[in-house]
Amino acid sequence: MPDAISLGIGEPDFVTPWRVREAGIYSLERGHTHYTPNRGIRPLLEELARYLERRFGVSYDPENELMITVGGSEAIDVALRAVLEPGDGVLIPQPCFVSYLPCAILAGGRAISVYTAVEHEFQAQVEDLTRACDEGARVLLISYPSNPTGAIMPRAGMEALIRFAEERDLLVISDEVYAELTYDGQHASAAAVAGGRERTILVGGFSKAWAMTGWRLGFAAGPAEIISAMVKVHSYAVMCSPTTAQEAAVEALRGCDDDVAQMRREYNQRRRVIVNRLNAMGLSCFEPKGAFYAFPSIAKTGLTCEEFAQRLLEEEKVAVVPGTAFGECGEGFVRCSYATSMPLIEEAMARMASFVARVAG
Amino acid sequence: MEEILQLLTEDARLTAAQIAERVGRSTAEVQEIIVKLEKDKVIRRYKTVVDWERVGVEHVFGFIEVRCAPQRGVGFDAVAERIMEFPEVHSLYLMSGAYDFLVVVQGKTMRDIAYFVAEKLAPLDHVVGTATHFVLKPYKVDGDIMVDRAEVKRLPVTP
Repeated sequence: MPDAISLGIGEPDFVTPWRVREAGIYSLERGHTHYTPNRGIRPLLEELARYLERRFGVSYDPENELMITVGGSEAIDVALRAVLEPGDGVLIPQPCFVSYLPCAILAGGRAISVYTAVEHEFQAQVEDLTRACDEGARVLLISYPSNPTGAIMPRAGMEALIRFAEERDLLVISDEVYAELTYDGQHASAAAVAGGRERTILVGGFSKAWAMTGWRLGFAAGPAEIISAMVKVHSYAVMCSPTTAQEAAVEALRGCDDDVAQMRREYNQRRRVIVNRLNAMGLSCFEPKGAFYAFPSIAKTGLTCEEFAQRLLEEEKVAVVPGTAFGECGEGFVRCSYATSMPLIEEAMARMASFVARVAG
Repeated sequence: MEEILQLLTEDARLTAAQIAERVGRSTAEVQEIIVKLEKDKVIRRYKTVVDWERVGVEHVFGFIEVRCAPQRGVGFDAVAERIMEFPEVHSLYLMSGAYDFLVVVQGKTMRDIAYFVAEKLAPLDHVVGTATHFVLKPYKVDGDIMVDRAEVKRLPVTP
């Protein structure tokens, strides 16, 4: 659709920082086109260990507690496949990234949806988890900052989740791919709170903070025996992550803190603008403190989120994603990505405002 | 404050209200900060980045290395002051290394620049030698890439 503005894109509009691209080119020039060890190249594993220490405050042994995956997505998939027995329950707070439920089911597990609500800023509540948790539950799969809501989990909340996991002896898979895009205080990793490290598979990736979606590169960190089981699944499925991407990622971790900070600053500016405009047009939007999504309520319009998205696209040529794409409890909300340039965000907001004024009368 | 300055260096036409919304402060507050920055000469002025070639206006840039014998008591500054007042001088830097000043000179033709060097710069007291380099093609100027490149495309909707 020409002239349409998409706020439906779940990836950075920035191009990968040049120094990373340049490192990838250099890797190819030197003819590094072969398989790497299954777990990943040693320099990247070592750099990753230093990075996790520096930014997440948790230390891992690059020898046996880290692995490089094909995006954070693959890390989720192999983690579930490595740890689930048939019928094991996976507690999944929703709304959440689209792959969690299917991956749990494909791994032979049983997805247990746990709804979160805007009243709690879409942070999973222990009482809701307790209510949903049954004897067969084995894994708690969480992701903060969250796609699609932009919710974060403050340290105290994360501590409560880990205590809950301890009580129920659950393994925690924590997808923290948006960790670097936290706009309010310090990101609290599930692995960094008391009791977290030994029962958490920490998943991250290069796609969001380093704008490296197309490189397909992520990682997992966790207890040695779990990581080694995951490496086995990974080796049968994909052998290893792309060599060029791995060598480029060394540069991402080593020399790109400023690039990441600059992108974070720009996202933060857009975040303030989009949230401000959404609230001004009457779509009440809680303050998303991470990732690059706003998740406004469309209750005021009286439309379902599907209808809202469909009509907004047809009538005003603005694409948003209906909240139900991320779980049933996403009804009444739409996801607006602000990983788009400021002029486009401003134009999209103007169009959306006239749509809302027309519909809500 | 740093964030406000950074926004203005990227787009000097942003209004105080626009900046305020982006940095999460009130318009009045931002306005006040900008006025103060102007008064304190942190913000010296606002200007436009123009690609003159696109409107057919030709400019020639020469990078001229100047070696000089500094003057007793005033060092290089006295010579610099003589040089920087010429309107042709686009930029002037005191350098470490094999020469003393780097003078960036802007002219309409190479001849303009050659004339300036021969008649104005080289004969200055205390200037002992010059070497002139002409710019053949600017690729990136003051942080702006000056050549067109294809727009990067993304899929319209992704999870």
